Amino acid sequence: MSGYLSGLIGILGINIIFAYSIYVTAATGQLNLGGAGFQAIGAYSCAVLSEMFGLSIPFLLLLSTIIGATVGFLIAFPILRTRGVYMVLATFAFAEIVAGVILNSDSLGGPTGLVLSDYIETDVIIWSTIGVVVFCFYLMSTRIGLAMRAVHDDEAVADLLGVNRRAVQVGAFAIGGALAGLSGGLYALYFGFVEAQYFNAFLSIFVLLYVLIGGTQTAWGALIGASFFTLVPELLRMGDDWRFFIFGVIIVVMMIWRPEGMVTRQAIDRITLKLFPVVRRHG
Amino acid sequence: MADPILQISSVSKNFGGVVVLEDVSFVVEAGARHALIGPNGAGKTTMFNVISGVYQQNAGDVLFAGQNINDIPSRKRIALGMARSFQNIRLMPHLSVTENVMLGQHSQAGILDLLKPIMVMPRAHDKERAVELLDSFGLEAFQGRSVSELPYGVRKKIEVVRALMANPRLLLLDEPAAGLNVAETATLHDFLVEVAERGVTLLLVEHDMPFVNKLCETVTVMNFGRRIYDGPVSGLREDKNVLEAYLGADA
Repeated sequence: MSGYLSGLIGILGINIIFAYSIYVTAATGQLNLGGAGFQAIGAYSCAVLSEMFGLSIPFLLLLSTIIGATVGFLIAFPILRTRGVYMVLATFAFAEIVAGVILNSDSLGGPTGLVLSDYIETDVIIWSTIGVVVFCFYLMSTRIGLAMRAVHDDEAVADLLGVNRRAVQVGAFAIGGALAGLSGGLYALYFGFVEAQYFNAFLSIFVLLYVLIGGTQTAWGALIGASFFTLVPELLRMGDDWRFFIFGVIIVVMMIWRPEGMVTRQAIDRITLKLFPVVRRHG
Repeated sequence: MADPILQISSVSKNFGGVVVLEDVSFVVEAGARHALIGPNGAGKTTMFNVISGVYQQNAGDVLFAGQNINDIPSRKRIALGMARSFQNIRLMPHLSVTENVMLGQHSQAGILDLLKPIMVMPRAHDKERAVELLDSFGLEAFQGRSVSELPYGVRKKIEVVRALMANPRLLLLDEPAAGLNVAETATLHDFLVEVAERGVTLLLVEHDMPFVNKLCETVTVMNFGRRIYDGPVSGLREDKNVLEAYLGADA
């Protein structure tokens, strides 16, 4: 495999896992514009733990995930006191605070960042990505997934039907934090270097776009959205300077053509009906 | 006389300085078909919201099957055997009919049930139960459909079926006949009679008086947040307070 292709697969895997971290909260109706902050926490946790304690790779990735989950769980309580656009702003502010702390902390390398001596090959990212995708599809196929979608649609009615909406929302933030932490850990170990400037507002906006353009109605959305956003700009390299203009036009067209995202439940139902007509009768 | 399944005892509710319910009391017997009626703004839906726990009353008690449920959160009341429908249909728009109905079982699901991939298991028990209930009410044709594409009357029925999935002893129906034409109202009547015959007590808020007359045996009438009548439906026409509330003081 060429270095270019291997690098592309690596960043695609990281982006897919990152997208699922935002998807899980979006599936319950919460928009997280602080993705970069969660990913930074995972990446810096991994870098610091690697350099300070020399832990093994699986242990580093596990701890990045657990630290991300813990931060997601804790931050959910103040963030869930806000709603709508205020929630979006609160998550955005969280990411800015994380970036600010890193930039002003000498022990975290400040603006110069941290170098890691540990590293991983692309296959670790591939297997991690497969694991995360399978986990998210499984989660959304359980009654918990059904409850998440119900909270997304009408949380007051979901509550009256017995759904613990607060547990669902906090749980989604914790799972989202865990996945963002994992993606950050993988990023740090794959590139061997972390710097605060990478985890900026554009990264948060892009990962949210992966999910919104991909579609929040099914678990396919994050996979398709992240793949689209990672691969299409690469395919547009032949357009030289026009590359990002063309990509911007494609995004606008997608939003007009499919306002609910590239993959909707109706589209999945249509495809499934064609493939498994008997099964869908009960769907 | 049957045991009371719901006892409303001196319930008051105000929003700031506005008194919406004032010292309201009434009893619904187990197995009854009881209506809660009154002019617009009488406080009927607020009473439903107090009963289902959406609002906490400022004074008074709500007893369900003899148990005081004042401190039981709304989320846990469905597990006691109390389910409701809404004035404006509130099915989950992005869930299919079957998924909406399956959501009605949520209060009965244990921890392990939460972890089963029921949405992809073709013969999942929860899914089969939902399909069976839809079938038993003649709604099998709508199983996998998106709720947003269904006629209004069908969506009303599906909302009731979703509530029935929780095996309720008491079903609260907020204006079930609103927005239905004559044929749909007749179908709904037969549907609710069938629901009641399965042992479910019905308490409904309704404006359609012929519908109430035909379906219900007992009625509580409210006006400006107060109870003005409580008794058999047959006694409504002779009651001075009810006539005054609906037709004015000169009636």
